[in-house]
Amino acid sequence: MFVESLRAFYGSKLAIKDCTLRIEPGQVTAIIGPSGCGKSTLLRCLNRMHEVIPAARVKGKVLLDGENIYATNADPVLVRRRVGMVFQRPNPFPTMSIQDNVTSGIRLTGRKRSREMAAIVEKALRDSALWDEVKDRLKAPATALSGGQQQRLCIARAIAVQPEVILMDEPCSALDPIATLKVEELIAELRENYTIVIVTHNMQQAARVSDRTAFMMIDMEDRAGMMVEDGPTKEIFSKPKDKRTEDYVTGRFG
Amino acid sequence: MAAPALPERKPMMTLAYRRRIITNNVITGFLVLCALLALIPLFWVGIYVLEQGWPALVGQFPSILTEQSPEGGELLWAAEGTLILIGLSCCVGLPIGIMTGVYLAEFGRNRFGDLVRFVADVLAGLPSIVAGIVAYSVIVLTVHHYTPLAGGFALGLLMFPTVTRSTEAVVRLVPDTLREAGLALGVSRWRTIVSVIIPTAVSGIITGVILGVARVAGETAPLIFTILGNTNGFVGWDQPSPALSLQIFQNFLTPQDPTIDYPIGYAGVLLLFIMVIVLNLGARALAASRSGAAR
Repeated sequence: MFVESLRAFYGSKLAIKDCTLRIEPGQVTAIIGPSGCGKSTLLRCLNRMHEVIPAARVKGKVLLDGENIYATNADPVLVRRRVGMVFQRPNPFPTMSIQDNVTSGIRLTGRKRSREMAAIVEKALRDSALWDEVKDRLKAPATALSGGQQQRLCIARAIAVQPEVILMDEPCSALDPIATLKVEELIAELRENYTIVIVTHNMQQAARVSDRTAFMMIDMEDRAGMMVEDGPTKEIFSKPKDKRTEDYVTGRFG
Repeated sequence: MAAPALPERKPMMTLAYRRRIITNNVITGFLVLCALLALIPLFWVGIYVLEQGWPALVGQFPSILTEQSPEGGELLWAAEGTLILIGLSCCVGLPIGIMTGVYLAEFGRNRFGDLVRFVADVLAGLPSIVAGIVAYSVIVLTVHHYTPLAGGFALGLLMFPTVTRSTEAVVRLVPDTLREAGLALGVSRWRTIVSVIIPTAVSGIITGVILGVARVAGETAPLIFTILGNTNGFVGWDQPSPALSLQIFQNFLTPQDPTIDYPIGYAGVLLLFIMVIVLNLGARALAASRSGAAR
């Protein structure tokens, strides 16, 4: 995935300016930076969720396997099936059971293959490290699960659709430390089959979990977010090229 | 090395505090009295209806239901007519009301939505007889006979603003995170609304529907010009038809034999009263179970 000269607006206010970033396939890329610098906005531009907000606009290109997802004839719905998203607060569908939640992405996009549903549910739940905990109660309402389990259910729901990229917007910030650990282990496993982009407030998490890291900051003059530096995680944290990156990762500001 | 002087201790129970407590109690007592005064009409009506209607409805049950009023008509047919009317008004009022409510909640943050909302608010205050006249001119005059369909249309017109407002309120309450979850899966907007948002809001929508029904169940004026009333029960879609409220109206307004007409009338009143209370309580129970359920 390749982000090229991306600019994002909320109405007339520029939120992200001229962002360029390469996301390597099969790796976990973390986006870090201080609050309000546009990390979540950038993430939402990667699956065309930013434009869902009224009066929000995007300029520039985002290439997925060479195709621009913002091309004039590109269907946002199809883009979102290839680029899935997990949100900060777990948001399983409350009126559906656990298994219906997992298959909701498939059923609601009209691709019903009822014979395979049970197998799909099991695979998705196994791949999200949730199968053992819920295999006896697949028909229970999704809201009966704990926060960490609900978040893993949302991950299962996202991967059941078989996306190529999974975007995660601070997926652990609403979870307790044990649940956070489980989700981080899960991310490490998911890396084998998916490309993952994760926005996180927690620098240590980025250091633990990601292969590459991108650092964003707000430009003081026009109050827009910008990409400062990106590279392999080890380098960003030990030998960053930009002084601002160094200041951030060493905690001089945050 | 004397210890520094402590500030003079202020007394805890001052005169001002005592005065505040008394004022507080007096005003609270006054407000409670006002609330009780507001309840009095309800209890008065309830007791009167029970007093008059119980001996008739329960005392002569079930014969009172089929006893013919000297005026014509019987309670069973009237109740049947009312139920048919409720069904018809639902067919008219519910689809429009629910779909308008969903539209306003999901897409209505613009000038057109404001216009629709304004119209719905105005219609909410529509006098019921005006709805009846509208139905009369639109349907009865066109097809040249009285018909339950006109009655259903009038009642639907009265029901739809209530349903629209409550549907909009409930659908708006569905958190945006669910909409985002649906969209992020690659589900189209309309499918997200139909398969995620509406099922989540459905018990609130039903509550609104029940309240709308409770409102129109007892309407009388709009039925006068539309279904006219029929002393032989429901006989067809192109004929006048009976209703509970009309039967009551007729029995009390022009009784041919008060000793029979009145008891039947009171029994009808009690029946209608019970129906409306049951509907309202049902709506409340549904709302309570929804907000108490694990989310």
